[in-house]
Amino acid sequence: MNANQLFYAALGLAGAGAMGAGLVTAGGPGLAFGFCAYLILGGASVCIWEQSIVRSAFSLMGTFLGVAGLFVLLGSDFLAMAQILIYVGGILALLLFGVMLSPPDSNERSMARVGGTAVMIGAGVAFVVAQVSGGVAGWLIADQLPEPNSQARAIGLAFLDPKQYVVAFELAAYLLTVALVAAVYIARRRRADFEPEPEAQGGQS
Amino acid sequence: MALEAYIGVSVALFALGLVCIISRRNILYVLFGVEMILNAASINFAAFNYFNGGGIEGRVFVVFIIILAAAESAIALAIVLNVYHLMKTVKPSEADFLRE
Repeated sequence: MNANQLFYAALGLAGAGAMGAGLVTAGGPGLAFGFCAYLILGGASVCIWEQSIVRSAFSLMGTFLGVAGLFVLLGSDFLAMAQILIYVGGILALLLFGVMLSPPDSNERSMARVGGTAVMIGAGVAFVVAQVSGGVAGWLIADQLPEPNSQARAIGLAFLDPKQYVVAFELAAYLLTVALVAAVYIARRRRADFEPEPEAQGGQS
Repeated sequence: MALEAYIGVSVALFALGLVCIISRRNILYVLFGVEMILNAASINFAAFNYFNGGGIEGRVFVVFIIILAAAESAIALAIVLNVYHLMKTVKPSEADFLRE
């Protein structure tokens, strides 16, 4: 049994454990939460583990879908939709373009480096969690949770309300316009790229 | 599920994103890690919003995070394309163009 098989076996066990723990502690919603959490963390783990960048990119799709599932559990249907449309449909497709830039490199993932970083960051996170976990119980505001209802209309009205977010909304529109035009400008092919090969230096930017 | 569960998932996702950024030697994995960290922040905003009475403030911030992520990944990919074009590599450690 090699390391890869061990990793995926552990991942499957962790998924079953997460869903079982959720089912035991909170019933149906707990099961859904366990499944989403498993999608998120499992996708992220596979993304870090895999040597093939294509597999990493596709496993990231599990993370994004799991986050969308959590949004549904949190009563934010609009966010779940936006998450799937923009992240899974747009950003991931964009990232997959970058895959074409990197040839496979079997030495790129060094176990010592990944393991060492994971241990260090895990220890740091465990320390911080241990520090604050005493006070977290006080953060809960309401025992009785509100009924989930669609927020798309309220969010849309808040974006266009001069007393709330209209300035930020317009700025976001400008930001997106500038960013996308700039992205096209940066990534465009220059005239020199189409010519056979100028002598001294090709494609200076 | 309680707030702690959502925060736990968010913390774990943030940590995995950090591991991804630090440990891999390929700029695309750095972008993957950044997306993970942004998603962890989104989970936090949505969870706190929900457990704080279910207004829309946190959700509005999540929408802004998604907008920022879209702009960020478009620009980052364009920069990566350019870096690859100039240096024929996508590894940050080998992109030492300014050193000369």
